[in-house]
Amino acid sequence: MSFLSWGLAASPLAAPADDGPGNPWFSWRYLSENGDAILDKLIFHAGLTAQTVLIALVVAIPLAVVAYWIRPLTGPILALSGVLYTIPSLALLALLAPALGTTSIASVLVALVLYALLVLVRNSLAGLTGVPDEVRDAAAGMGYGRVGTLFRIELPLALPGILTGLRLATVSTVALVTVGSLIGQGGLGDLILGGFRNNFYKAQILTGAILCVALALVLDLVLAGIGRLLTPWTRGRTS
Amino acid sequence: MNYFEQGITWLNDPLNWTNPGGLLERLVEHLTISGLAVLLGCLVGWPIGIWLGHRGKGGNAVITVANLTLAIPTLALLTILPLTPLGFGRPPVVVALAVFAVPPLLANAYTGLRQIDPETRDAAKGMGLSGGQLLRQVELPLSVPYLAAGLRTAAVQVVATAALASFVNGGGLGQIISAGFGLGMSQGGGGQIVAGGIVVALLALIVEGVLAVVQRVVTPKPLRVRRRRRSAPAAVPAG
Repeated sequence: MSFLSWGLAASPLAAPADDGPGNPWFSWRYLSENGDAILDKLIFHAGLTAQTVLIALVVAIPLAVVAYWIRPLTGPILALSGVLYTIPSLALLALLAPALGTTSIASVLVALVLYALLVLVRNSLAGLTGVPDEVRDAAAGMGYGRVGTLFRIELPLALPGILTGLRLATVSTVALVTVGSLIGQGGLGDLILGGFRNNFYKAQILTGAILCVALALVLDLVLAGIGRLLTPWTRGRTS
Repeated sequence: MNYFEQGITWLNDPLNWTNPGGLLERLVEHLTISGLAVLLGCLVGWPIGIWLGHRGKGGNAVITVANLTLAIPTLALLTILPLTPLGFGRPPVVVALAVFAVPPLLANAYTGLRQIDPETRDAAKGMGLSGGQLLRQVELPLSVPYLAAGLRTAAVQVVATAALASFVNGGGLGQIISAGFGLGMSQGGGGQIVAGGIVVALLALIVEGVLAVVQRVVTPKPLRVRRRRRSAPAAVPAG
């Protein structure tokens, strides 16, 4: 047995087996034979998305508060994250990967976090600036200090804006993770690209693509549900 | 900054620009693909958006379409479309990129026509303008800033995502990066990866800058009021 055939056998995704005539877009056989590998990719994809969004959230909210408190910093913070956002994902990955390791998950993670950042900062800031002045005055009148106002009044009222940002960031991150397949860290993107390279194996490509879209929609629905629970006062309003 | 220096060194070698498959050739490819995709996107997105905006219907559908495309990974379309009757080569890449150019064009065209003061529309109708005249003489000129904003968002995004075409050997500047990863770090791939990243990022920033100027120039002077920038719909990241 040559080392080439050994390499194929060891790869987690088996080459297209006897799949019936032609190259079908969907194959139960592919699903059942590669179930574990597909599940692994799905879990990796979801985990990477969750890590990205959590890290981005932890960075973005303090940034938004700083931009909100110190008005002269608002412009620079938004401009910087805007420039980062304009830089294509592949370019960002290319600039980060050689320094952080060409096969390491860290490169993908950092690139994804930088992307999610702008959406979150922008929406959180919009939520914070949307707090009515009267509410702020009332808080001051009730004796709330700056920090008290922030945590008890402003952040809760900014929650709908933050949640919108969170949903946008999550959905776009799920799609962006696939870019990581360039360095083999793309989760479901690895399935898509792997299928393309593996003699254009349609069943694998479509499985990866559908799971990717489904993951984005499910996460979006979950976040929308959490948002409904967290902001009961917005219910019943039409806008 | 070791890899960054290597990247600069790579860019300083004239052969890397003029060789077959070098930077210049890839740049022309990149711009051709992007231009065609944006053109196709305009041909589809603008008429539909303008028609819906003129009729004043379908706002929810526009938002739904825009949100749904956010969840589709570019990589999925890039790998699936060549396997459809579109065949391999440039057409599937252009179509895949155009799909992601349509939502910003469509949404901005719709918003542009909807934001017109209803009283303006009433006045035009009172002057006896027909539906077509209203559209050509009143609504379209007043929505130029929005159409331009949509074009800018779409073009920047297409230029960014065109880099991903290299995943399926579709040409463009992404090939430089992919080839760098193919070489590996020990063969000087790091420099080439970073160089590709720099060029792709610069190209996106230049396109953004140029189109920002274009947007300003085509906007009629009375409409150049300083609008609140944060209300502009955020671009979709290149996924």
